[in-house]
Amino acid sequence: MSTDSQQTGDDLDAEEAAQAEMTEDDLRARIEELEATVADLQELEETMAAAEDGQNKMTIIATKGTLDMAYPPLILATTAAAFDWEVVVFHTFWGLDILHEENSRNLKLSSVGNPNMPVPNIVGAIPGMDRMTTRMMNKRIADNDTATIEELVDLSLDLGVELQACQMTIELMDYDENDFYEGVTTGVGAATALQHMGESDVQLMI
Amino acid sequence: MTTDLDITETLDVTGVSCPIPVVKTKQAIDELGDGEILEVVATDSGSMSDIRGWAEGTDGVELREQHEGDDVYKHYVEKTG
Repeated sequence: MSTDSQQTGDDLDAEEAAQAEMTEDDLRARIEELEATVADLQELEETMAAAEDGQNKMTIIATKGTLDMAYPPLILATTAAAFDWEVVVFHTFWGLDILHEENSRNLKLSSVGNPNMPVPNIVGAIPGMDRMTTRMMNKRIADNDTATIEELVDLSLDLGVELQACQMTIELMDYDENDFYEGVTTGVGAATALQHMGESDVQLMI
Repeated sequence: MTTDLDITETLDVTGVSCPIPVVKTKQAIDELGDGEILEVVATDSGSMSDIRGWAEGTDGVELREQHEGDDVYKHYVEKTG
């Protein structure tokens, strides 16, 4: 132990000696450097505090246009808006049909691809089966008083959710901008989506 | 199924399911003043958990009471500012 304290004493002496060697200019420079560091830290702390107090943000990328897959983005978007979150839903490819006034009222359920469907896939592939399963699903939606896609789109817009329609896929799928619900944002692309995703606490691709 | 709270407004969301009860509650609360209480009458059993979760995750509201009856769920939410 005595050796340790001896070393500590030596270290202190060495430090004192080094300090004594520092010129006044060195010290001033060092003080300025430390002041700058403290200012940076204070700024960082303020930024972090602001981020904590700030509004949460969610960005959803909606890519599917079947009846079942149209629901999750809209349910999450309206609920997040009820939490006072800022919400952006970027619709691309088949997801555009959710925002398409006419198509959104006629979204279909696929009778193949889901092993839980009441019909085997081989039967589901028969022409007309999608129409039948869609009718079954729509009846269930009505019987359970589940909101329709149109109602959820209207509600999303009422709550201030930003519903975006990808410009590239609007053109790719030969849609007209006027076919979408009033209040839908068009003329946006991947960079806009990415910008919102970067700012978001929650990002989902559905 | 009764409350001693002084209710300002009642919101009827019977017969509708997720996410409508929470969303309508939020819209109704926005119309109230600080200290006022909203009664929410729902038939969606998920509303017990959803309204609680919403109230806990949202600033300016406090869930005062919840009552579960025969297929009716009542929620009392105060706007705290």
